[in-house]
Amino acid sequence: MKKVMLEGNFAAAEAMRLARIGVVSAYPITPQSPIAEVLSEYTGDGRLDAKYIRVESEHTAMSVAIGAQLTGVRTGTATSSVGLALMFEMLGVAAGLRLPIVMPVVNRALVSPWSLWCDHQDSMAARDTGWMQLYAEDCQDVLDLCLIAYRAAENGDVLVPTMVCMDGFFLSHMSQAVYVPSQQDVDDFLPPYQAKNLKLDIADPMFVNNLIPPTEFMEMRYQQHTGFSNALPVLNTAMKEFETQFGRSHSPIEPYCCDDAEAILISLGSMSGSVKEMVDQYRAQGKKVGNLKIVSFRPFPEEDLVAAIPRGARVGVLDRSMSMGAPAGPVCNDVRSAISNQGLNVRIQGFVVGLGGRDVRPVAITSAFDRLLAGQYDKDVQWLDMSDNAMTLRQYREAI
Amino acid sequence: MLTIKDPTKGLVAHGVSTCAGCGLELAIRVILDVMGENTIIVIPPSCSALFSGFGNETTLRIPGVQGNLENTAAIAAGVRAGLEYQGKGDINVLGLAGDGGTADIGLQSLSGALERGDKILYVCYDNEAYMNTGIQGSSSTPMGAWTTTTPYGKPVKRKNLMQIVGAHGIPYAASASIGYIDDLRKKVVKAKAAIAEGPAFLHIHAPCPTGWGYDPALTVELAKLAVSTRCWNLFELVDGSKVNITKKVNKVKPAEEYLTPQKRFTGIDATTLAMVQTQIDKDYARLELLAGLSCETDSAA
Ligand SMILES: Cc1ncc(C[n+]2csc(CCOP(=O)(O)OP(=O)(O)O)c2C)c(N)n1
Ligand code: SF4
Ligand SMILES: [Mg+2]
Repeated sequence: MKKVMLEGNFAAAEAMRLARIGVVSAYPITPQSPIAEVLSEYTGDGRLDAKYIRVESEHTAMSVAIGAQLTGVRTGTATSSVGLALMFEMLGVAAGLRLPIVMPVVNRALVSPWSLWCDHQDSMAARDTGWMQLYAEDCQDVLDLCLIAYRAAENGDVLVPTMVCMDGFFLSHMSQAVYVPSQQDVDDFLPPYQAKNLKLDIADPMFVNNLIPPTEFMEMRYQQHTGFSNALPVLNTAMKEFETQFGRSHSPIEPYCCDDAEAILISLGSMSGSVKEMVDQYRAQGKKVGNLKIVSFRPFPEEDLVAAIPRGARVGVLDRSMSMGAPAGPVCNDVRSAISNQGLNVRIQGFVVGLGGRDVRPVAITSAFDRLLAGQYDKDVQWLDMSDNAMTLRQYREAI
Repeated sequence: MLTIKDPTKGLVAHGVSTCAGCGLELAIRVILDVMGENTIIVIPPSCSALFSGFGNETTLRIPGVQGNLENTAAIAAGVRAGLEYQGKGDINVLGLAGDGGTADIGLQSLSGALERGDKILYVCYDNEAYMNTGIQGSSSTPMGAWTTTTPYGKPVKRKNLMQIVGAHGIPYAASASIGYIDDLRKKVVKAKAAIAEGPAFLHIHAPCPTGWGYDPALTVELAKLAVSTRCWNLFELVDGSKVNITKKVNKVKPAEEYLTPQKRFTGIDATTLAMVQTQIDKDYARLELLAGLSCETDSAA
């Protein structure tokens, strides 16, 4: 296994190449564009034996992937932000047809206003479309989680498409030394793709995706739900198998210094690195804090997550998006429901951080930890590291 | 489940749930008869989805997938790419969509596939409105026609879909009509051959008794009247440049003869009627001019 300097986008493209995707359809969008570009380069110069379909939109990118995967080919596409929003209709189709498409999503804010930069609103808005969602902390994660995703998603008991989410720019454009496995090792880990259940095949004709009466629709949705129920153990196994094959361990949640923690911040993606750095600094001062990173947001590892929180610990969630009109951000809402579903009575403080490319700076993390350690709780979600002029910014209305 | 006592000899079942006198039904039977069983079909939501079937029943003997309203060409392109990747490029990929799914919401993905040269046959059957959702106006609804969203008659002329498709310079495009089955059949044969090179496109006039308001027994007659009044012209566009008029209309009838039997034109006033007639004359003159500019001037069919 060689170590190569790779940006997150290229780590994703390497994983797709190693997975031998046979049809590529991708539409460029900042900060995902390098994936669309490098995959066309790979197919052009023969490093990847695939058909590259230069599509005119993300809606078509996903439609092409769905059509091709139905014929029994592993396909590849990737997107970001408004591109993911434009794909929305087709996300549900891929999921409902049980096509285990693996798609890197380079997280970027949604409009309006325009932002080119990172937050999780795009993938969070798509969280109920029936896709698994794995969040990478660094560029190695991007490559590893993509390979793990193919293995888990294509399992016959799962058949659920998967987004591998990486923070725009923070990961997509950050160079890091990444272990790139050999083709042989990846071939051993990922058998050639085979269409299971639904397929378009002249030798075995079937009509796929027609209108379904109310007497059958719920049952078919339940099959999908069952695929998701199976996904968590299968994902765990795939991660173990990955470790055996490649020597790096992954897990649906990753607790850091949680065992004896009095205050824990739950996070997703690249900001987890900063939270862990702050945990080290607090620990050096004798303050018992910890970080709980969620890698798999869908399926949500409810039991493991709750088990990782010691009794009596105060818990906050750093959301990099907001569920407007809901009590808190989407991750916090899910953590609260997991806690109550597991029969615990713990108040979880919601925080919103790092929207539209804002760094999750130490000041945001310390203010969150300090609130928790001081036993402060506010039922309202707290927006951290905001300017004082929040309510006067761009307010051009005449004063009455 | 129905017990089928007398199975169909073709690829489309008997007893499909289209309305009596449906022009689309005639079209799909001819198309699939020519395309044969080595074909995969993509169908969007529309009246053509009646052929996808319902629950665990379908009307087709070939593999197919129902896509979405705006991506028939895109899904077909994906199916084609998947097949080519597996060395199965000999399988025909057919998209069958209505005028709404083609000229309106699906125009972008169609244009994408045509520009890329994807080897698919795209058929637009034109019943001149969104029939499946209850007769709403489309960009292919003719001027003066009543629909539920043009309750006082459509005030503007229809989109020239063939010209848009022709602008892509694809190997073969043709307009056809269920009133001229032999001509339609020949064009499907040519289109099928053309997809070895690139995209092929057929624009088929498919009268709809339910949406247009006429006696279902008159579907074929009305389709012929559309041609003899030059309301629907039959021609081919080869490589985007060569125009062949396949049915020359020498003794043209006034448009009124075609419009009057249809309830959707009941409210049309004299001014609109005059505008419709002027447009028809302009369109045909232009078509003849283009055909004259192309070297070939045969009139088949
Ligand atoms: C994105 C989207 N918008 C709207 C619809 C609703 N819809 C279903 S069929 C249809 C009309 C289709 O008209 P056309 O393509 O002309 O086919 P026809 O029903 O006339 O055969 C519409 C608007 C849909 N399925 N998808
Ligand atoms: S509404 Fe028109 S196009 Fe649709 S099935 Fe009935 S006759 Fe055919
Ligand atoms: Mg229509």
